[in-house]
Amino acid sequence: MYRYSEFDTAFLAERNAQFRAQVERRIDGSLTEDEFKPLRLMNGLYLQLHAYMLRVAIPYGTLNSAQMRQLALLAEKWDKGYGHFTTRQNIQYNWPKLNDVPDMLDALAEVGMHAIQTSGNTIRNVTADHFAGAAADEVADPRPYAELLRQWSTDHPEFQFMPRKFKIAITGSENDRAVIKAHDIGLQLVERDGVLGAKVIVGGGLGRTPMIGKTLNEFIAFDDLLAYLEATVSVWNQIGRRDNKYKARIKITVHEHGIDDIRARVDERYAQVRPQFKGVDMALLDEIKTHFALPTFREASVATFEGAYTNDPVFRSWVDTNIAPHKNADHAIVTISIKKHGNTPGDATAEQMRVMADLAQEFGYDELRISHEQNVILPHVHKSDLPAIHARLKEHELATANIGLISDIIACPGMDYCALATARSIPVAETIATRFDELKLEHDIGHLKIKISGCINACGHHHVGHIGILGLDRAGVENYQITLGGDGSENASIGERAGPGFSYDEIVPAIERLVFAYLDLRDNADETFLQTYRRLGLAPFKAALYPEAQADAA
Amino acid sequence: MARAFSPKIVTANHLLEGDVIYQTADDRWSRHISEAELITDEAHAQLRLLDASRQANVIVGAYLADAVSGDNGPEPTHFREDFRRTGPSNYVHGKQETSTQPRA
Ligand code: HEM
Ligand code: SF4
Repeated sequence: MYRYSEFDTAFLAERNAQFRAQVERRIDGSLTEDEFKPLRLMNGLYLQLHAYMLRVAIPYGTLNSAQMRQLALLAEKWDKGYGHFTTRQNIQYNWPKLNDVPDMLDALAEVGMHAIQTSGNTIRNVTADHFAGAAADEVADPRPYAELLRQWSTDHPEFQFMPRKFKIAITGSENDRAVIKAHDIGLQLVERDGVLGAKVIVGGGLGRTPMIGKTLNEFIAFDDLLAYLEATVSVWNQIGRRDNKYKARIKITVHEHGIDDIRARVDERYAQVRPQFKGVDMALLDEIKTHFALPTFREASVATFEGAYTNDPVFRSWVDTNIAPHKNADHAIVTISIKKHGNTPGDATAEQMRVMADLAQEFGYDELRISHEQNVILPHVHKSDLPAIHARLKEHELATANIGLISDIIACPGMDYCALATARSIPVAETIATRFDELKLEHDIGHLKIKISGCINACGHHHVGHIGILGLDRAGVENYQITLGGDGSENASIGERAGPGFSYDEIVPAIERLVFAYLDLRDNADETFLQTYRRLGLAPFKAALYPEAQADAA
Repeated sequence: MARAFSPKIVTANHLLEGDVIYQTADDRWSRHISEAELITDEAHAQLRLLDASRQANVIVGAYLADAVSGDNGPEPTHFREDFRRTGPSNYVHGKQETSTQPRA
């Protein structure tokens, strides 16, 4: 597995020692909060509503069993026995004490992990498909390219003072699991005439001005990709707005200038910078690839798997929802649901983390992934091991068969933890999941993504939820706005506002009306919520959401 | 005419623990909103906030929050402050773990 070259043991030890000294100086009064705050944020330490919060990075969502066990140790020793996996492919601890944080960072460093945040207006950590390296549908593993981009952009002299932060996401598959169209730049690996390259999407983003990225170029061969991206970032660096923080992101630049104008400028700049790239980057890429080498997949009969699938309906249901096709036909990708009905989405106890670490070590070539949908993945599992894995997961409340279903909800921490929140999101998610579990309708409803944010920053990706929920503060009362028809996949779209918001007590019944309307409206059991919405539009769903308005009009 | 001043309390987070604390009339920091000083005068509120901001080695991020007088001392008017004096709603963590705080 790849280890950040710059975050080697010595570097981490030095950074941690520095931070320990800074914490001491804050406590003895020699640093003010104004001086200390940027330092603690750089080290992943936030102050939330009820306590500090430590955000630990999991680059490319990839980790091994020793690292997962260490995350469990942190949860147990310095927190309240659990951790929260987030949509940014990292883990957050909600209750650390300031004094303990340096020890927590040292414990992370023991397994090559850290909480260092790339902050400021730079190119941020590149994110990748959580099935990378395993997915049957991928052209190539995107992680080496992600790492190449990270190394290229880190300390790049031109990119230290950009108008705003810049986020890149990359996928190796047509099926987009990395939400590339909601990033400043999204890259999809594609092959053309035997040459590997990338489709380049630009100008996506969520937050207060949600936008879907547009195609800047259908195909740039790999040898040219860095030069092309450098040209793109450089154009934005030059013409991006610096007068207004909310208008500085490249999505606004693309929106204001139009994609054709941007493309022309990029092409011009590309012609200038291209000669400066002499292929050194391709040599580096080859070296990086060795760190992401696939395991040697074992060969064995899959008969036990087929037997269990035929005879055990609970196992079959879990396989049908939680297993994805692996590039090796005898293997599978297992998504472990961290969304048990009624529990906080993304929260895992220390014990559960250890169970997942054990499974990865015993059956999964020692690899784990964290998805942006707040679940944990065993990317490489031989099918014959699935029954044993399922049995073990069941013992630890980790065998919920709901991936992609209505209870597989993304929810940000919201007002239960976040200092910026305008309303709660976690209890809304818990109640929706519990309600549809009681109704026993979840599997009948099928593929449906609900995403909830507790404020306009959109950490819960509500704009791209098939059903999006945004919690607001309306005159001192929680109010929830519904958007419909959003999609974070390769057919990305921003959800449409359905109408006036609902109070905390009304929001779950409103979602229920919406889903029952869908069940009535769909053509057949295979037509998903999103397909039905795209076929019929907002009107019939609006009628279900606001029956009084219907009655008034009648 | 100036708008009537709505009563305030001074609240912050504790530097070491990170938890929610309230300034009392006798210049302590209490973990219970019921012990907070309810300030009804604007000039006095600014003064008390200044007093708080000077204690940077004990607290973080002091501010004035709206409150009203209740049966057991000050009570929050906004749901954000109600959560701050209680804890999150998904676990019995935070203040509700150790003390019984009435919920509005
Ligand atoms: C609880 C502490 C958190 C704070 C203070 C926080 C704050 C913010 C802010 C201010 C932004 C907007 C940045 C901008 O548009 O310039 C943002 C964006 C974002 N946050 Fe958070 N966040 C928190 C937790 C989380 C969690 C737990 C997740 C994952 C579940 C998350 C995922 C994201 C994502 C994906 C974005 C980017 C949305 C976009 O594309 O614009 N955040 N966050
Ligand atoms: S969306 Fe708002 S409430 Fe939710 S985590 Fe982000 S900043 Fe906090």
